Parts: sequence; structure tokens; C-alpha cells
Amino acid sequence: MIDEETLQKYDMTIGIECHVQLATTTKLFSGADNDAREAAPNTVVNPIDFGLPGMLPVLNREAVNLAIKAGKALNSEIAHVSRFDRKHYFYPDLPKGYQTTQMYHPIIIGGHVDAPLEDGTTVTVRIHHAHMEEDAGKLTHFGDYSLVDLNRAGTPLIEIVSEPDIHSPAAAKAYATELYRLMTYAGVTNGDLYHGNMRFDVNISIAPKGALELGTRAEVKNLNSFRSVERAAEHEFRRQVEQLEKGERIVQETRGWDDAKQKTSSQRSKEDAQDYRYMPDADIPPIVLEDAEIAEIQATVPHLPPYFRAQWNEAGFNKDIIDALLLSQSSAELIERIRLSSDADIAKRVGFWFLKLVSKDDAEDGPLRVATADVADNYYIELATMVQDGKLNSNAGDAVFEEMNKTGEAPTVIAERLNLIQVSDEGAIAAIVDEVLADPASAQAVTDLRAGNDKVIGFLVGQVMKKSQGKANPALAQKLIRERL
Amino acid sequence: MSTIADFINKNARQNVLDALAKAKDNESYHALLSLTEARALERADAVDRGEITGRLAGVPFVVKDNFLAYGAPTTAASKMLESFNAPLQATAVEKLEAEGAICIGKANLDAFAHGGSTENSAFGPTKNAIDQTRVAGGSSGGSAVVTALDIVPFALGSDTGGSIRQPASFNGVVGVKPTYGTVSRYGVVAMASSTDTIGTFATNAADAALIMDIISGRDSKDMTTLPDFFATITEAPAPLKIGLIKEFMSPEVDQDVRDRVNEYADKLKTAGHQIDDVSLPIVSLTLAMYYIIVPAEISSNLARYDGIRYGRRSQGVQTLAQLYGRSRDEGFVTENKRRIMIGSYVLSSGFFDAYYLQAQKARTLLINEFNELFKTYDVLIGPVAPTPAFLLGENTGDPIKMYLADIMTVPASLAGLPAISVPAGTSTAGLPIGVQLMGQRRSDAMLLSLAESMEQK
Repeated sequence: MIDEETLQKYDMTIGIECHVQLATTTKLFSGADNDAREAAPNTVVNPIDFGLPGMLPVLNREAVNLAIKAGKALNSEIAHVSRFDRKHYFYPDLPKGYQTTQMYHPIIIGGHVDAPLEDGTTVTVRIHHAHMEEDAGKLTHFGDYSLVDLNRAGTPLIEIVSEPDIHSPAAAKAYATELYRLMTYAGVTNGDLYHGNMRFDVNISIAPKGALELGTRAEVKNLNSFRSVERAAEHEFRRQVEQLEKGERIVQETRGWDDAKQKTSSQRSKEDAQDYRYMPDADIPPIVLEDAEIAEIQATVPHLPPYFRAQWNEAGFNKDIIDALLLSQSSAELIERIRLSSDADIAKRVGFWFLKLVSKDDAEDGPLRVATADVADNYYIELATMVQDGKLNSNAGDAVFEEMNKTGEAPTVIAERLNLIQVSDEGAIAAIVDEVLADPASAQAVTDLRAGNDKVIGFLVGQVMKKSQGKANPALAQKLIRERL
Repeated sequence: MSTIADFINKNARQNVLDALAKAKDNESYHALLSLTEARALERADAVDRGEITGRLAGVPFVVKDNFLAYGAPTTAASKMLESFNAPLQATAVEKLEAEGAICIGKANLDAFAHGGSTENSAFGPTKNAIDQTRVAGGSSGGSAVVTALDIVPFALGSDTGGSIRQPASFNGVVGVKPTYGTVSRYGVVAMASSTDTIGTFATNAADAALIMDIISGRDSKDMTTLPDFFATITEAPAPLKIGLIKEFMSPEVDQDVRDRVNEYADKLKTAGHQIDDVSLPIVSLTLAMYYIIVPAEISSNLARYDGIRYGRRSQGVQTLAQLYGRSRDEGFVTENKRRIMIGSYVLSSGFFDAYYLQAQKARTLLINEFNELFKTYDVLIGPVAPTPAFLLGENTGDPIKMYLADIMTVPASLAGLPAISVPAGTSTAGLPIGVQLMGQRRSDAMLLSLAESMEQK
């Protein structure tokens, strides 16, 4: 094992390539359904995907539009002219003998992503480019034979290529997570990580601290969760340090990640690298885009996480709330609508309720959909106002929130029905207070309080709440208790 | 030779039976790889019952066997696709069928359309319609010969570097290579995506124009198709400025060929057109461009024939590499392999810039030279090929000599221009010789109207 001190002697440099499956109805070049998740093998394939003789690609305009939206989320430029090229290699899951991709003139150029880390800092990762391409099929090996499934062949992807601006596993995870949020919020992908809607290839090299040149890199391919991106980077850093400390070289190679063993292993070295014989694809005319057209499509991109963060920071939301709300786009949008139509305090109060609905771990495997009934925005505002004005205590507020998400009823209706309206009538509460103080069970607490042990007032207030079935205004109850003792 | 009109308003079954009988009588030419007899007769009966109507109701035709069509396998004259039955039809075939035309068979070609003599067919060469010791030309040799032998009044072909024009010239029929993008390539086995065009053989220019009118047009299945522009012109064109390309008339070109082209030029002049000698200096480089760009595209387009999903799969292999290697070795002819090798080489890392990109830049220069000439001239003319049909086997041992025969047809292909081959008489030995008419992009109908106006002169 390498000790921490030795690790400290090295810096790591990471660049990430991310394949994003576009949320189109049909494939990139054919009319076949783009959703093959539940389909039997080779049932979502048409003659174009199958590579029959004489078949020609027909570019899916919806995929181009999604790439244009992705470009906005990445703060990139959209190329006025982009083209498709062919990348040749032979493999049974590649029906045409080439993958149609954008080698020379990608649609998305430059850009950057500001990814917030858990420690509150932010890493800025520049985007080199992102290009459109089609996915290959899938080959499954069984003993002495293999089976081909072409359902995935022709699925539209964009591959987002970052600059090597990442220098820690935590930053790698933060970047992957933020890319995921940007792409799902912008509607570019469905973001189903379990089904490989986003896959990350992590390129990592190490060099002694202060070295001017980067080390030889290894690429860990096909990671499909943020956690595995982080773990693979951690593992690969240690492995490379160990290698150098043993006096051995790092080999440029492709490595795979074993999630069960939590380690990387060599798949193929650069010496086996193929010559892809890239060439322009003459079957597909260039994609020519005018500024006005780009602007029109990008105008349909909804608010993205950086927007919400900026607004909410300014409004004084704390980081935990912001992070939790951003886990679900619909919650984020709801809270922002509430903030704009009422005020930050109301929005924060509603935000806290949503915080309880979501947990960060849920977001590891796919988009988070907070299941709620169709609740009108103003019901949330009314509910928060009721709590703010003391008409409901906070426990009652939680209960109404929960019920409201199930039924979609107005909070006043629910509060009445559940008999939760807070009693702030001094006379009514005074009667209960007297009853509690007279109860022999309270005798010890009363004695202690009189002796100056202020903590026990909580017990007495609790008794009042209990007797009032939770409806008493606790502040009022406390005041009345103090007056009497 | 018969015209399309000879088949209209006749008994369709009889038309088809006659065509099939002629096809069988002429088996020795080996122009057809298969007959689609059962389907043809079914369709003929439907025409006779009035269920199928249209401008070509009951007219029999033949398609080159690189078109996907029902009724027989689509082999592309290769062992690779020997038993490949197409599950759908080429757009051009569909359009003809929609007008009532009846496909009776599939014509021989050089395997995957690689060649200029039809000698590269995996199933044996097609013989010239006029002299059986000579080549049919190619790669659409079979389509040219069935038209010249009067088996059918028209036949479809594909032209990537001269594959319609040259066999038309060798067999004495009209051959049309349209503007790139005029006819959908959907359903035609791809050779070189940037120069592949779909066209027709016919016995006269008016019939060719009718067929082009039917098969042309934008197709949502082929992104390179142009918006509809082809509109048949019936009246003779007003006096035109015509350039005779002098690089095509050098002493290396057969004397008979030059004589017939000069005579055609004289007739054009007599008809009131202006004829000038013009120069296209970059012509000397076009074969070099062509034999880099086209093999590069071929190596890519033929990558799908891997023995995995359809087509030939070698038996008894042990590894995936063997499966690919042996299936492709058995499925392709020597000329296919030669072009795949050249194409793979010029696309290799380190050579792409030096070969492929250079060739594409030179191609732009060629287009510019043509555009310069078209500022002054409406039409350019010259021979189609340097010689009439050569002897079977004469060039097979020398690929370079075979490639040189393409020198006058590849310029229009690389520039995407329409070019047609029209009969211009015969050599002293009685072999047909064609003249080539080239025009600006989208001038296809005008070229055909000019050819038609000259047919009686």
C-alpha cells in the first residue's frame, strides 16, 4: 500500500469524455424507435440500422436541435457548418463497418462547466468540443459463440470532450454530476444512468508535483455513475503512483472499471490502437445553421442549475437546501416560481418541505422525480403563509404538506379536515395550561421550574400540545405557563 | 430499335412474354443475371385488368443488378450477395412501377459496379451487342446490351465514373448520367457516395427524357437528392454555344472516334449552333483524383459486407478475423479487393492529407474550370471513350489501361454534371461510337432536347 505522504508527492490531471444519449423519438439516421430499453433483441432495428445494401442515412433534425440545446448548457459556440465523418473498424455490433461521427467539424465548439464540489468550492472545466455520433449495437459472448443485438445501433449521442482541467477525484465526480444536471435540465437526455444514457470515459495521468509536463495517461472507459467516476479516478491515481514508485512506466492504455472489485484493469494498450481511416460522409449534407435559428432553439432551454444557484444564493438559501432542491428539476422550478410570486422566506419554507422528500443517494442512478399530486403553486404559498402566520405549527405544516401532495387539495381544506388549525385563542389555551399545571403528573416539573431549571418548560409545553391535539400555539402556551409560575 | 410507344396500349402479358422470349433467345450475350418472370407476369396481368395504370403501363424494362428489386436476388454480380433477396425496392424502381412499368430481369455488371467492361462480373462477362468477341463496356454493360438487342425499350443503370455513358457508346444506345442528386440512390448498392448517380439507357433521347422525368425528384430517403427540377423539353433548343473539349481529341484517341465526334460537331453547326474548341487543362489530373476519391469511398461503402448479418459467410472459420477475411476474400472479385486496398491506403493515418484531401482540393479546381467554361458555353462535347468496344480480355491484365478508358467520363462525375452519351455512327469496323454532351448542373433536360433535335440529322 502506498502511504498518504507518497501520494502527496503527485498531482493528477483528468479529462473526461462523456457520451450522452439524446432524448429523441427516433434514431439518429432512421425512423426506428430510440427507446429500446424494454425491447427484445433486434426488434427496434430498421434496414438503415441493419446496414442493408443501398440504405442511406436520413439525419434526425430533432437530434440536431438537442445538440444545439446542449451547446447552450455547456456555454459553447454552435458551429454554423458542421459535418459527419465515418470512423471505420470491423466489429459484429457495427453494422455498416463504420460509425458515423463528427471527427473534423463538430457541432459544438468550446465552452465550460462550473461544477460545485461538496466542500463548497467550484471547479471550472473547459469543454474542448462536443460532437454528434451514432451508438453501436451490443455483442454478448456465450462460451464459443456470440450474439449481436442491434437495438442500440444508431442511437443518437453527443460526446462531450473536456479539457484536462480536473485535478481530484472529487472534482471529477462534481463535473460528471453537473454535466448530468445540465443535460437533463436542458432536456437533452432522459438521463437514465442505469440504461447507460450517460457514460463517462476518464483519462487520467499523474506527474510529480510541480512537473511541467503531464504524465502518460490511461483511459478508464464506460463508467456509468458519478460514484464510479470518483472511485475509478481514486483507484487509478493510487495505481499509477504505485507503478512510478516501483520504478515502472505508465503504459498508455484503455482500462475497464470493475464495480464489484472497485478496481481498474487493462483492456488494450495503445500498440493495438486501430487506424480508423476517417473520411467525410458524402451521404449526409453538412448541417448549416443560422444564428437566428440557433437562438430560437436555445430560447426554449429552461432555467439551468447555475441560474437557480445564483438566484437562491442571493436570496439567502443555504447550500444544503440548494443542493437538495436541484436534485429534482420540477422541485427547483416550483421553488423558483414560488420565490418570484411570493418571497424568499416562503420559498425557503416550501424548500425545506421538499428537502425532506429527496435524498442525495436517490440521484445516483437516474433522474429524480419527486412524486406529488398536481398541487397548485399557490397552495404551497398558502400553506407556508399559514405556518409563518402561526395558523399552523410546524408539525401540522408537515402533515398538511404530506397530505396535500397526496390529494392536491387546498391546505385550508386539509387543515380543517385534519383539525390542525392552531389555537391561538388565549382563553382556550389558558384553560388547557391550567389543566396541565394542576395535573399531578406535572408536579415535579412545576417544582423544578420554580427552582430555576428552565429546561423543563419544554415538557410542560409538550403536555399542553398533547392535550390540545397539537393545535395550540406553542409560543403562547409557553408564555401562559411562565405567567402562572 | 423499338421505342417505349411501341409497348403502350398493347397487351401487357404479350409485351412481357415477348421480352422474356427475346431474353432467352439472347442468353449467349449473358446480359441478364436473372429474370423476374413470375412477378413480371403477375404485374402484366394486373395491367391488362386495368388495376395498374400509368405512363408506362405494360412497358417491360430491366434494372442493373445493383438495384434492390423484388422477384430475384440482388447480387451486384458478386458472390458476396449471390443469394441476397431484397426486402424492399430502390426508389427508382418503385417510381417506374408506380407508372405501370414491368421489370422483367436484372442485368449483369462488373461486381459492385467496379469496372468498365463487365468482365469483372463474378458470373462471367457480358458480350457486346454488335460483336460478341468484344466487351459490353461497363459497369452497366448488361443494361446497355439488353437495350441495344431490343429486348426492352429501356433499362436502368448507375454511373459513378462513366458506367452508363461508356457502355451506351459501345453498344449504340442513348445513356443518361444525370446531375448528381437528380435521382434517389436509395436502394442501389452504393459504390462511391459522392459520384454515384442513377440513370437510364434508351433507344432514343425522348424516351430517355420520359424515364428521367419519372425517376427523378427529391426523395426523403436520400438526403443528397435535389429539389425536383427535371422537366422534359419538347421543342428544339435555340442556337447554343457549344465547346468541343480539345484535350479529349488528342492523337491518342482513336481516329474513328475523333472523326465521328467532329462530324457530330459539324451537324450541330449546320443546325445553327456555335462550335468552338475549348480547353479543360486539368483533365490530365482527373483520373488521379478519381482513382483516389472513388476507391476511398468504395473501401468505406463495402465495409458492411462482413458476413455477419447477410451475404456470404465463409464456413469452418475459427476466429472473428478469419470470418471477416475469408468471407470478404470469397465474396469479392480481384477488382473489388484492389479498390478496397487503394481506398484503405489513401485514408490511412498519415496519408489522408497527402492523398484524399489533395484529391478533393484538385476536384474543386476541376469544378472551377468547368464553371469558367460554362460562363461562355451552354454545352461541352467530346468523345465518351478513347476507343470503340475493345476485345474481351484485351485489357483485363492491365488495370491501368482499363482505368485510362475512363478519362473522358470521370470529369463530369467528379464535378456532378449531367452528361449523356448519344450514338454518333460507327467505326470503319462497324462498331458503335458515342458522343458525349455535358452541361451545367440541372441542364439535363436541355441536353436531352438537344440530342433529340439532332437524331434525324
